[in-house]
Amino acid sequence: MRRIRKIHLLVAALLVALAVPAVAISRTDSSSSAARILKGEGSLTLIEWPYYSDKSFAAKFQKQTGCIIHRKDAGTSNEMVALMRGGGGGGGGQYDLVSASGDASLRLIFGGDVQPVDVSKVPAWKDFLPAFKSPAHNTVKGVHYGISVQWGPNTLLYNTAKVKPAPTGWASIYSGKYKGKLTVPNNPIQIADAALYLMKTKPSLGIKDPYELTKSQLDATVNLLKQQKPLLKRYWNYATDEITSFKNGDVWMGAGWPYQTLQLQGAKAPVKEIVPLPTTGWADTWMLAKKAPHPICAYLWMQYVSTPQVQAQQAIVFGETPVNPKACSYMNKLQKGSCAQYHLNEPASYYSKIKFWKTPVAQCGWKSGSDCMDYNAWQRAWTQVTG
Amino acid sequence: MRAGAFLWRRRWLKGAALLAPPLLAFGVVYLGSLAVLLISAFWTVDAFTGKLVHHWTLDNFRVILSVSDPTYLRIAGRTIGIAAAVTITDAILAFPLGYFMARVAPRQVRAILFVAILLPLWSSYLVRIYAWQTILSGGGALDWSLGRAGLPRAHLAYTNWAMWIVFSYVWLPFMVLPVYAALERIPHSYIEASRDLGGRGFRTLRTIIVPLALPGVIAGSIFTFSLTLGDFITPLLIGGTGSSFIGNVVYENIGINANIPFAAALATIPVAVMGVYLVVARRLGAFEAL
Repeated sequence: MRRIRKIHLLVAALLVALAVPAVAISRTDSSSSAARILKGEGSLTLIEWPYYSDKSFAAKFQKQTGCIIHRKDAGTSNEMVALMRGGGGGGGGQYDLVSASGDASLRLIFGGDVQPVDVSKVPAWKDFLPAFKSPAHNTVKGVHYGISVQWGPNTLLYNTAKVKPAPTGWASIYSGKYKGKLTVPNNPIQIADAALYLMKTKPSLGIKDPYELTKSQLDATVNLLKQQKPLLKRYWNYATDEITSFKNGDVWMGAGWPYQTLQLQGAKAPVKEIVPLPTTGWADTWMLAKKAPHPICAYLWMQYVSTPQVQAQQAIVFGETPVNPKACSYMNKLQKGSCAQYHLNEPASYYSKIKFWKTPVAQCGWKSGSDCMDYNAWQRAWTQVTG
Repeated sequence: MRAGAFLWRRRWLKGAALLAPPLLAFGVVYLGSLAVLLISAFWTVDAFTGKLVHHWTLDNFRVILSVSDPTYLRIAGRTIGIAAAVTITDAILAFPLGYFMARVAPRQVRAILFVAILLPLWSSYLVRIYAWQTILSGGGALDWSLGRAGLPRAHLAYTNWAMWIVFSYVWLPFMVLPVYAALERIPHSYIEASRDLGGRGFRTLRTIIVPLALPGVIAGSIFTFSLTLGDFITPLLIGGTGSSFIGNVVYENIGINANIPFAAALATIPVAVMGVYLVVARRLGAFEAL
């Protein structure tokens, strides 16, 4: 009898032990949804450009929300798409958010890898610059598939000691003056840069949008890129490749991003950048994976990174421009004059001169019909040029 | 105990239980994935949604083998050509080294040489590639030494020549070891017999040593050739504007619109090339030297 009693006691103790957390769970379940939003799942997994959740501002987020960030850095847009499509697509039930650039975002939307985002849950969204509230690269038919985060122009980077006089426009990377000392990104979206250049220099081609090219327009662009190839030292794959090539003098001039300029200037390399208008540019979006395992933490993150203070911090760390203009004063506090330096104080007309990356699709926007070349065709054309 | 007795009575069962895991791994994981690769090469992808279309077509192969737009033939030719050049270079470098180690060097020197050959394999492949990038780039060790010697700069950075040098370096140990093993196995009496019959140094080398060491060279060439054929990191980091390998194009096509069928079709090229290569190597007796 004594033994049986002991067993009874043990069972009872176990039951109590099991019941206590059960009570707690049922309580959180019955509370209002607003209260639940405040309490995340304790974890957040991001596919991101390196440093996109830099500790300088992410540490505070982890402390506030209890969402511990797990990072998966991706060096290229293609890596991001491949990661999102792994494990059956939709982030594979592993990833919550991806910081997709405009050349990847439509591919993720049409591939069904991301889900719509309720912008009303992100209060800072209504303060965003108009160009980034519902841009074509993350909003389809009025449905938002993410929250814009930062953007930047594609810049012309040059070595001030070697390139004299300083370049004034994109024509410099198509001319033979610095043959063998030029570089451009190894990315099919580079076709759009050439198309934008042809829009100005060869109006007879009738290019209306550098991301919506017909077969003949694409062929003409490919021809220009084939002529450019012998002038190049290399196509750069990762931002660090370009930085190395500029540092050791293999390359004197090339297309890049403000990030490279900042890194090189930080290392005391004699480089400067110009932003010849019109230019192409990129804009990044935090997109919610279809099978996101931690959606609450994901929304908390989207709320956090769109606030003016964090927008300013990220802009300074990465060398890019916020989408929330209220970040301007915070940027100037962090680094004097940075708001103007990163063009956050420009008028609306400025944004019409920057053609933001978007994935080419068969349906042309500027004419009826679907005889525009899709991204598959762009990729093949790019292999034709570079391979 | 009972299980032991059960197995003792049926010995074949014990063997089957021991062999099942590796056989399953080989049959299902390896051959299965090869079969999936081959099958998916005949499918296509919906350009709009990026979803697979399970519809049999030869379109992927038509694009790859197209003569009017030889982009992919050019890339395949470059990949195979550089793999062959690297293999020949490594064979030429490894033969005297292997001979010295196997037949000339005293035991201690041999041990030192072994360590010297194997030591680079202890560091990451990427580290060695980046090291070569630094050596070959402008203002790097190579140009600096050439400048000191009063010679003009080499301008090797980001060219196919640079890839050839780097590949030959990273895969050299895989050639030296089988060549060394083959040379070591040649009985000394054969060489003595050749000398007794009046065969001079070169004749002995040509008629005795080279034919007997050839399986070792072929075995090594399987490694160097296949490793170069499948690489895509070196072209990415060392290559220039016309340096894409099959591996690079496969990698790009998987990221873009998840065009896995096209990537699979491209990936069948190295599989086919290696298949032919292995059949030839078997004829030459390479598998006895492995």
